[in-house]
Parts: sequence; structure tokens; C-alpha cells
Amino acid sequence: MSPAPSGEAIRAHDLTRTFGEFMAVDHITFDVKPGEVFGFLGANGAGKTTAIRMLTGLLAPSGGEASVAGHDVATESEAIKQDIGYMSQRFSLYDDLTVRENIRLYGGIYDLTPSELRDRTRRILDRLGLARAERTLVRAIPLGWKQKLALSVALLHEPKVVFLDEPTSGVDPVTRRQFWELIYEAAHAGTTVLVTTHYMDEAEYCDRISIMVSGRIEAMGAPAELKKQAGVASIDELFVRLARPSAESTRGAA
Amino acid sequence: MTNAPSTADDAHEAVVVDRITKRFDGTIALDDVSVRVNAGELFGFIGPDGAGKTTLFRILTTLIVPDSGIARVLGSDVVEGIWTLRRQIGYMPGRFSLYPDLSVEENLRFFASVFGTTVEREYDQIAPIYVQLEPFRTRRAAALSGGMKQKLALCCALVHRPQILFLDEPTTGVDAVSRREFWELLAKFRAGGLTILVSTPYMEEANRCGRVALLQRGRVLAIDAPKAITASYERPLFAVRAADRFTAIRALRAYRNTASVYPFGEALHFVDARADASPDRITSDAIDALHAAGVTDATVSPTPATIEDVFMARMGAPEGEEPNAQRGNPA
Amino acid sequence: MNALWGLLRKETYHILRDRRTLAVLIFMPIVQVILFGFSIRTDVRDVRLAIVDPSPDAATLAIRDRFNASGVFRTVAVAARSADLDALFQMDTVQVAVEFEPDFGRRLASGQPARILVTSDATEPNSGTARQFYVDAVIQGYEAGLPRGPGAVRIVPQARSRFNPTRESTNLFVPGLMAMVLMIIAALMTALSITREKETGTMETLLVSPLRPWQIIVGKVAPYLGIGFVSVLAVLGVARMVFNVPMRGSLTLLLAEGTLFILVALALGILVSARTSSQRVAMLGALMGTMLPTQMLSGFIFPIESMPTALQWVTYVVPARWFVAIARGIMLKGIGITYLWRETAVLVAMTLLLLVASAKSFKVRLQ
Repeated sequence: MSPAPSGEAIRAHDLTRTFGEFMAVDHITFDVKPGEVFGFLGANGAGKTTAIRMLTGLLAPSGGEASVAGHDVATESEAIKQDIGYMSQRFSLYDDLTVRENIRLYGGIYDLTPSELRDRTRRILDRLGLARAERTLVRAIPLGWKQKLALSVALLHEPKVVFLDEPTSGVDPVTRRQFWELIYEAAHAGTTVLVTTHYMDEAEYCDRISIMVSGRIEAMGAPAELKKQAGVASIDELFVRLARPSAESTRGAA
Repeated sequence: MTNAPSTADDAHEAVVVDRITKRFDGTIALDDVSVRVNAGELFGFIGPDGAGKTTLFRILTTLIVPDSGIARVLGSDVVEGIWTLRRQIGYMPGRFSLYPDLSVEENLRFFASVFGTTVEREYDQIAPIYVQLEPFRTRRAAALSGGMKQKLALCCALVHRPQILFLDEPTTGVDAVSRREFWELLAKFRAGGLTILVSTPYMEEANRCGRVALLQRGRVLAIDAPKAITASYERPLFAVRAADRFTAIRALRAYRNTASVYPFGEALHFVDARADASPDRITSDAIDALHAAGVTDATVSPTPATIEDVFMARMGAPEGEEPNAQRGNPA
Repeated sequence: MNALWGLLRKETYHILRDRRTLAVLIFMPIVQVILFGFSIRTDVRDVRLAIVDPSPDAATLAIRDRFNASGVFRTVAVAARSADLDALFQMDTVQVAVEFEPDFGRRLASGQPARILVTSDATEPNSGTARQFYVDAVIQGYEAGLPRGPGAVRIVPQARSRFNPTRESTNLFVPGLMAMVLMIIAALMTALSITREKETGTMETLLVSPLRPWQIIVGKVAPYLGIGFVSVLAVLGVARMVFNVPMRGSLTLLLAEGTLFILVALALGILVSARTSSQRVAMLGALMGTMLPTQMLSGFIFPIESMPTALQWVTYVVPARWFVAIARGIMLKGIGITYLWRETAVLVAMTLLLLVASAKSFKVRLQ
């Protein structure tokens, strides 16, 4: 797979979104380089989900601008969808279809050629060890496998950028790490990964992270640097320090 | 597997679980599980999805019946004594289960009335939490943030002064700050003598509990105080730090002396397979292996085991996989 | 195009693999066709006949025999005087009455017009021309057998419709419509309320509390009774003011019976939802269990006596059947509790039965 062209994979400048009087996303500016693993952190209600919806072309921005994989999110939202993958916490797989059928469905949706589909299906099944389960309904396979499969399907059409929304929620510690190895492999192959998570140790796996509080980005950078600057030993502590003042505010939260 | 109670007196057991098994449609949810919780303990059930935490809590709160085994809460059998127990238990189910179209006050008042009491009468009991909710007392429950919903649910579970509290994954899906606040609240109530059972998928929250049980796929991996569990980690554990973690982990996977290597935050947790090698030996051999793979800036140092390390060592292969996954090789 | 085929295939899998919905989609039409087929009968048969014959003679007896032999009519009562017919009609014992003029045979023989008064209970859909046709046929059959005299019309049938002189069809349908609407709304209300709690998870919290099933059920039913009562008023109001359906009996009684009927429907809704935790399934169950039987088996569109006997027995367990009889009786016939006590007792029994059944089937645990 050829590396992505130079320049940012994701670019946001003063990106804003309001709902009536409520400002969910407040002029955020950040960028993600191709092949980076970027952790997008924030408390519930901080604006992460809204920001991601804008970046994936699902929601129009109220102000500012952003581009993903070279496409402007406001004007080229359809083009974006071809170049990105998305995996949400609530799976994107159909429970009543088999493993193989799910892969084939998404292959069709993204217009893979039959030989591409064949090769990639084989590759996924082997890599995840799902060869025995290819005709099993997805509802019958263990949670950890579902997650890994959902990630693989999001990467099936080899998108430039993939968005992962709390992908490892509830999964056992070993599987979580296996999942992150899949992420690393994808990143090494040139895919840009933007991931949100509530597991603070996973924040450390990222190349860079941003922490959103009340719609704004309050910290951004490599985890090690952020910790050094703030004088804390873990991202968890940094998070608490940044987010706690807003827990008492009436804005959105509570 | 130790089952040492924190107080010596067995007569003060709030919860007795004796060889409970439960199946759903052929899948085993709980497999011959036995646990005892003493009065006044803050006891944690730690495990990922599918471990059986919710099933166990539902059995203990009389919502479902086990296939085999006995469970007693506050001396009453969970199958026979349901009407006694339902007056004495406070329960917070796994997902938000209050009335979204009622306000904070209305929800609280409803749950107080169902137990034959009033909010006014029990105010001192719930005051520590309620002061945080008070500014929003007329707001509809659906319009609260995740953290506030949890607090309201806790309030409603406590308003009738239960003798024992069951909290099923109260911190799941909630951000780190709200999680901390929630545990701080729990500590206050535990100090008042309430027996509290909490389940959580977050391993580090085990450290907030007096004793914990580690659960995985219906089986108990360990029951003890958190410090005792981490002290029971069998092998010396090392933290490997390097700039290029990806290459480092690949290198260690290929290294013949590796028993297991996993990412853990900014470091890799590494266990050497040799039982007889000294820490210095282990360190220098590992550094050599990393050098050979082109990782020149690695540091290797001993590190204390965490609950998660113990969990991973004890859990065996993830569901459906071959045991060689222990090395960290997927499938 | 790939994408489209992929989507079509996926949807097909979904449909084929959801067995329950598939069963409903395939069997529902079959069941409906069978039920409809048997209940849509407009053939006139087994019409209950009363005779008033002040001076029986060869002619009247001959005509009476013809009625009995027709295969359509069945003499169930012979009354001495016309006034005795009132009670018979009100109790729904007879549907048609044939009254002979005094000295019928003598008048006929002497060439004078001899009158037969035919009165029909017009509160039922089949009371129209079909029955009339058969009555005329029987009488004409007799006439044809008489030696013809010069010119005189011998027998003068006079048709009169009781209770519904102008034969307004709305009068026939509206009581039944009321029953159907009330039943559906009430059953849906409780069914949805309970399953909504199960779906959102609040039922779990309710269960782990000292609340007993009967308390939860009463707590669910009672508030809806109030709303149900308002529905009864609304539907009645529309019937009166928009469709001018008469109100010949006691309004209080009708409201009371309506409320009782709502209670039956609410209890049915609880029973439906006791077994399921999905709002969708509860809704389907409530609709199937109320709308279908009410439409087809309550007698408000398709007359019950035209149905096969087996199906007639089935109608006894359809609550709407009883309420339709009550509503028609009160509104169109003006009768009171003395004639309706049987139907009322059935509704009361149904309510108690359903409430007890739902309390029993209410699951005290999650499984």
C-alpha cells in the first residue's frame, strides 16, 4: 500500500459546532499526520463525539474548517466517506450475518474487486485466527473477536484515515492489547488512526493525544511530553487535573 | 486461591456464594463460583465483559435463579427469601435504569415511597451525594450527564437505608474524573459501615476495594486484598521503555527467553521465561536482544506487578484462542 | 452496483433469519383469510321468529308451517299479544316477529285484505333487505298456492323495523366501532407501559424492591382507567353529535359498562406484556389479540348467527361481543340492567379472570 501523500491526514482549524445556544465544539485546532496514532480524549459531554461526527462528514460544522484525507468536511463530505473507515463502540457488524458475509457486504459497499475481496478476506481471517469461524454468525463469536473483526472490516478498503470510537470497551486485557497491535500494524502501513478511549493507559499507546474539556482542546502533544510539562506521572492524573474544574460547572455537564 | 476474610469472624458474613453455576442458552455465565463477603466490606468484582459480574449480581439481588449452588445475602437464601431481601438491598443495575422523564427529585421521591419512607426522613443518609445533585433537582433525568446519572442512581439505591449495596458497573463508560468522584463517595458510605459490592471492568479500581475477586468467563481467578494479589505475581516483572515501542515489542516477541511481553501504558511489561536467571542477567540479555533488533535506547528495570498483570497471567488464553497467546502473539 | 447487490443480499438474510417475524408474515395472511372467509357470511339463516296469532286458523297455521319449513326461520316464541313482543325483542330472544290480523283466515276467504305485520330488529347489520326478502318469499309462496280470486291483493305484509326505523347503518356500526377503538387503545396502553419499563431497564430496579406484582399491576391499570373513561366519553360524544346515534337508555349505565369494558382491555394488555419484554412484540400482540377478534368476531359487522357453529362458540370469549350487545341494547333499544345483567356479569368475570391471570403470569424475576 503506498504511503499517504505528505501533508496532514486530518486538519482542523477553529472548528466549531453549536446546537442552538449550546457550543458543543468551541474553535478547536489540531492536525494529525499520516500514519499517526492520535488519541482523542475527553470527558463525556466534552464534545468528542460531535467533533468526530464533523470529521467523518456526518455533521456540518457551524464555523471554522477541517479536512480529512485532503477533502474538506463541509463541501466534500461524500468524498470523505470513501477514504475513511469508522468503527464505533456499538459494532458496525450485523449480528445475524456470518463473519464471511459481513466482510463480503462491506467489500461490496466499498466496491472492492472480487480478487481484492478474496485476498483481503483470507488475510483477515488468518490474521485474526477466525478461519474456523468464518461461517459462524457474528452474534455467536466472543466479544474480543467481534471487536477485532469490526476493526478489520473498517480497514477493509484500506482507507487513509480510520476513526475508532471506544473500540476496546469491556474487552479483556489481553484482547485489548492484541487490538492495539492491529492498530499499530495499520499505522505502520500508513493508515492514520484517530481513537477515543476511556482507558487512560491506552492514551499512552498513542503518538500524540488531545484532551477536550467543555468543547475546547486543553492539552495536545505526545503523552510523555505532556506528563513532563504538567509534572504528573500518568495521563490519568493529567486528565483529572484538566477536567475536574469543569465538573462543577453547569455547562452541559450534569 | 485464597479466600481469606478480612475479619476473623465468619458469623458476620454479609454474602455467601457457594458453588453457583448459571448457564444461558448453552453458554456458561458462572462456573462453580464461590465467594464470601464480610459485613462492612467494600468488595470489588473485577473482570471484563462476559466475566459473569452482572449475572452474579442479578442472582444475589434475587433477579434470577442459579442453576445450581447456594447463595445467601444477609442470612437469607436468594431464592427463598426474595421478599425479605428486596426490602434490605440497594441495587444499581448495569445501565441507567431510572425514569428519564422524571426529574431528579421525582425519581428520588418515587424510590423513597416504594420502600415506605420519604426523602426528608432519610436526608442525612444521602446528603453527601445529594448536595452535588441539588442544583439540578428539577432537571429531567434524561438531561443529566453520565456522571450525574450515576450519582442519582446511587442516591436512589441508598435512600431507603439498605443494609447492603450492589453496584453493577457503576463507572463503566464514565470519564476518569467522574469515576474518581464516585469512588470517593463510596468510601464515605463504607466508612459508615455499609457493605458494598461493586463490579467493574477497570482493573486499577481494584485498589480502591478492601478485597476483590477477579472474574473471567464465569470463573474466579483470585480472591484477596489487592495488595496480596499483586504480591502473588509469580515471576519478576520488568518494565521496558523505548522510543519505538512497536519494534521493541516485535523484538521481544521474537526473543527466545520471553515468557510474556505486553504493552502497559508507556512501558512494556516483560517476563523472562528462565526461573533461575538473576535480575541483572535478565536485564542485560533483554537489552542485547533489543539492540540486535535496532532498538538502542531501551531501558529495562524491575517494576511491581499490577492487578492487571496478575489478571492477564491467570486468565489464560482469551476465549477461543490457543494457549500460545500467552506470549502475546495474537491467535 | 456491487454495493446494491450486497445490500439486497444482506436484507434477504435478515428477513430469512428472523424466524419469528417471518412466521407472522406468512401465517398471518393465512389465518386472516380463513377467519374472514368463515365470518363474512351474509346468508340469512337461523332467524329467530316470534308469532302473534290472536285467532289461529288453517291459513295462519299454514303460513306458520311454511316459515318453519323454510330453513331460514325458527319459531322460538308464540306471543298472545303484540305488547308481549317488547320484552322478547329487548332480550334479544327474537329477531323477527310476524303478527297476523285477527280473523285472518276468514278475511282472506271473503276476499278482504288480510294483513300480516312483520317487524324486524333493525339493530343488526343483517336486518335489512335480505331478511325481508325471505319473509316476502314465504308469504308469497303461500299466496301462490291460493285459488286466485278477482284482483284483490290478499295478504298485506307490513314491514316495520324496530329500534332503528330509518335503518341508519351508522346506528348499527357505531356501537361496535366504539368497542373496537376502546379495546385497542386500552390494551395498547398497558402493554406498552409495561414493556417500556422492561426495555429501558427501570423494571429491573422496580423488581428489586418490596413492590408486589399486584401492586405494580394496579399501579399500571388504575391511572389508565381514568384516561380510558375520558376515551369512552369522547367516543360517545362523537357517536351522538357527529353520527346522531340515539341514546335511548341510561347514560350512566352505558358509561359504567364502558368503564368495565376498558378494565377488561387494560387487563388484557397486561397479560400480553407479561410474557414479552419488547415493546414491538407487545404492540403486535395487543393489536392481534384485540383488533382482529373485535372486527370479525364481535358481531358488529358480520352477524354471529351466520358463522359456523364452532366460530360462534369462539365469539363467547371475545369481550367486544358482549360489549357490543350492551352498547346496542342501551343506545338503540333503551334497555336497562335487568336485561343486560348476563352480559355485564360476563364482562366482570372476564376482568377478574384476566387480572388474576396477569398477576400470576407477572414475572417476579428477570427470567
